[in-house]
Amino acid sequence: MASSDSMSEYKIRELEQGITESKHTYTITKVPRSREVRQAWFTTVFTTLYAALYSFPVVFKSRPDLILCNGPGTCIPLCVAGFILRVLGVKRVQIVYVESMCRVETLSLSAKILYYFADHLLVQWPSLQHKYPRTRYIGRIV
Amino acid sequence: MADSNQKPTKNVFVTVGTTSFDDLIKTVCSENLIEVFRELGYSKILLQIGRGEYEPPVLQSDDFCVEYYRLKPSISEDVSSADLIISHAGAGSVLEAMGAKKPLIVVINDSLMGNHQVELAYQLYKDGHLYYGTCCELKNLLRTVDLRKLKPLEPGRPEKFGAFLDQVMGIS
Repeated sequence: MASSDSMSEYKIRELEQGITESKHTYTITKVPRSREVRQAWFTTVFTTLYAALYSFPVVFKSRPDLILCNGPGTCIPLCVAGFILRVLGVKRVQIVYVESMCRVETLSLSAKILYYFADHLLVQWPSLQHKYPRTRYIGRIV
Repeated sequence: MADSNQKPTKNVFVTVGTTSFDDLIKTVCSENLIEVFRELGYSKILLQIGRGEYEPPVLQSDDFCVEYYRLKPSISEDVSSADLIISHAGAGSVLEAMGAKKPLIVVINDSLMGNHQVELAYQLYKDGHLYYGTCCELKNLLRTVDLRKLKPLEPGRPEKFGAFLDQVMGIS
């Protein structure tokens, strides 16, 4: 998760505490945010590259079977790393992106970037699925 | 003589999530709006102001009070004890109000560029689940809309997503 995101960490720990299976383990790794809200696009190039420096090793080391993400841009370097692993034939990493429920008429920038990279791009409104045929609509998830 | 006409208190909860939305807070706490809330029978306004700079004056009188705080780990208690929710257009806040089946008025933040959050408010308004407008329109909205006409929003189905993932990973 993004290093500036304290709420998500709290929610995850709360959720995991409710899961009692003994084989179940989790780790939380924090990476720099690719772009802060309202950050200028020019500087975003540099902050994204900086985030990639942290994100690439995380993915290369863990070699996940699945990268599940929901944007914002913090997920992009992680997905790119997963895509690189796949292209190099190291691991068949599946990338699933879930678009925010806020997105009714237009895709977010993260979703547009991942449109051709992600294995599955889920949207939560049928209007979006009609506009962007590569996306999938399986009903509202949240 | 016992007071047999005690009305239950009607509460308004205003939330801006983790954002800053000074215009909304100022509008809600203005004399004009307080007057409207009083007219409509509300006796308490609780504001969650997030990262806003403007801190409203706290008001505690016999028949009306205004309180605020910045952030809490969960606003669900404040949402469930509210009779009306006034919120920014953030998905988290909107869904929290919808999940608690509360009447909701979404106020759009004009100063945000590329405000895609309006899409969600507009769609849910078209589907009859909430009302929405700008800070300037809020007073008129409060006076004219019928909150009883709002329809509850069906909850999302996360289990569908679980089933989908199982299929993708070849587990099902």
